[in-house]
Amino acid sequence: MSATTYQDKAAACWTGCKQSYAAFQANPHLTGGQKLAVHYFTVALVLFMAQLLFGLLAGLQFLFPSFLYEILDFNVNRMVHINAMVVWMLYGFIGSVYWFLEDESGVQIVGLKWGQLAFWVLTGAVTLVVLVYLFIQFGAGNDTSLWLINEGREYIEAPRWADIGIVVVVLTFFYNVAATFAKGQWSGIAGVLVLDLVALAGLYLAGMFYVTNISVDQYWWWWVIHLWVEATWEVLVGCIMAWSLMKLLGVRRQIVQTWLYIEVALMFGSGILGLGHHYFWIGTPEYWFSIGGFFSALEPIPLVAMVVHSVYDSGVHRFKNSNHPALAWIIAHTFGNFLGAGVWGFMHTLPQINLYTHGTQWSASHGHLAFFGAYATINIAFFYLAAQQARGNVWMGGDLANGWRWKAAAILLNVGVLGMTVALLIAGYEQSFIERAVEGSTWAGYFAAQNHPWFMQAMVWRMVFGLMTAAGGGLLFWDLLDIGKGEQRPAAVIANATE
Amino acid sequence: MSEQIPARWASETFWKKTAIWVTGGSFVLLVILTFDSLAKISAGGPRVPAFSVINKEVGYRFDKTKQRYQPVIGDDAPLFGKTLSEEEAEKLVDLGKKTVQAKNCMNCHTLLGNGAYYAPDLTKAWLDQGWIAKESREQMMLNFLLDPEKNARTFGSNRKMPNLEITPQEAEGIVAFLKWMASIDTNGFPHNFRALGAEE
Repeated sequence: MSATTYQDKAAACWTGCKQSYAAFQANPHLTGGQKLAVHYFTVALVLFMAQLLFGLLAGLQFLFPSFLYEILDFNVNRMVHINAMVVWMLYGFIGSVYWFLEDESGVQIVGLKWGQLAFWVLTGAVTLVVLVYLFIQFGAGNDTSLWLINEGREYIEAPRWADIGIVVVVLTFFYNVAATFAKGQWSGIAGVLVLDLVALAGLYLAGMFYVTNISVDQYWWWWVIHLWVEATWEVLVGCIMAWSLMKLLGVRRQIVQTWLYIEVALMFGSGILGLGHHYFWIGTPEYWFSIGGFFSALEPIPLVAMVVHSVYDSGVHRFKNSNHPALAWIIAHTFGNFLGAGVWGFMHTLPQINLYTHGTQWSASHGHLAFFGAYATINIAFFYLAAQQARGNVWMGGDLANGWRWKAAAILLNVGVLGMTVALLIAGYEQSFIERAVEGSTWAGYFAAQNHPWFMQAMVWRMVFGLMTAAGGGLLFWDLLDIGKGEQRPAAVIANATE
Repeated sequence: MSEQIPARWASETFWKKTAIWVTGGSFVLLVILTFDSLAKISAGGPRVPAFSVINKEVGYRFDKTKQRYQPVIGDDAPLFGKTLSEEEAEKLVDLGKKTVQAKNCMNCHTLLGNGAYYAPDLTKAWLDQGWIAKESREQMMLNFLLDPEKNARTFGSNRKMPNLEITPQEAEGIVAFLKWMASIDTNGFPHNFRALGAEE
């Protein structure tokens, strides 16, 4: 084909994109806020795919260390893998809040134009940051690198210019949420949500400065990482969950909100001081042993409550619900959150055990199941709610045309992640035992564990289940593009949620 | 009891108040503990030594009363043969830490146990027996950082550090940073670590 044919094809493709975007913008089934939510969900899904891809690359490098050596090294792949995860989860959360904001407040979103602008600014910035990660990768040891390339601090690697941009975007989001509730009606969910967003945005500031002293650096770094993931994110997800239980299952508002307050009390009551379980080995005083140990032992309790409450809610209504895939993912969320964050977290947070397991594949095992179980699952549930509404609030169940797809995707993703978690747990046991207990934590000990056939075997299993997860992710992507199209039956009507 | 008025402990307002008090109380406690911790981990204290500790011998020994390993600061042993003032030492360690961040070391290595698990923990890297002898250590570290591929010591794992275009000055900074980090009291982590040249 000649160059002009390619040009024509590109032009036709561009026109096609513009037409489908115009059609989406004219969709009568979605409110303004919900359209913005779909924007967020779309980018979230793309980043989810990026997370899977770079996770596979990094996993392969454990098996074949010379794969992409000095082209895309492990540190680049791993950084894109974890950053894509953090960012897609935030996109999912923000999208979910925009999704229910108008419904919950009873009015149109205040300042929606600003929210839309913020979305494009954020997405442009995320794209630029990823391109710099991939093509520039690292800089000289000075402030310019930290401002423009990468701050080199796990999970919050984004260069500082992007940090500032993120804060501005989050403030715009906060304005949309707070002003909309202020104009419309406040609810218990609204109150918890707004206060939680203040904490979420405020904590990010703790990760935005440089210090030479690595103990101080790590001290504040955990304020962002732990207090986000094990406190404010969990409460944010609690709000999203509360709303979705009312919509999906018709649970009474009073019940949902009472449970939400109980969860907030338990989550913050255990999670804030549970921060101490990260302060055992970074140079901080010994009293963190008792505080961190005690409160992290309490941390699974709210997660048990969450499982009990969702399963009870579903059972009481005999699982009668308006969106089967979404309910399936809500159930996956409750169990995943309890197992991944609660059980897997508790298994190695006590200092008595953590002395051996800290900084081993144990953490990777816990991380994989916790992030998936607690956060990926609930976002996916919202993707299905959005797909249903966008297609005219149609029936969504197992007997849909191509209904096998959402079920197969859910099975592949859940089994895949659980399989990776178990494989990494085995690797973590082996590593703690050989590297720490037997060999005494030297580099030779580290490699004795890494080279051991038992470790390699676990890494092979991780790869197998990683591929399964990726297949499930691809199927999920395909399903969401298509599910409910051409379906005529209306969604099941669930009892009115307001009392 | 009528259905309209639930028991006090089951009411929404009771749990709302509980949530507020528990959150507020925990947060106030965390702030108080943070002031105390930050005072105790500022450089120059007993837990995190001053940056000029790079002029001294840094070791790691089992403490019988505490039943765990502790860093031990010994006699003069200036890094690269130069005794540095407190400011010069801080500047060098600072260059090292900035380089460690700019080269994204934490996405392969762990520092203080945090980071990725593709490459060894650097918390006590200065003390590792992999450097063979104290006399050869500084030069070996520099050589490795400047050309990791040619000086790769993969312990049979075939994992190699990529060339990160580290300058000689940055390499010295990294070595200073690693030596200073090895002197931090990490409450016995990593466990059972036998330092280079330890007598036991």
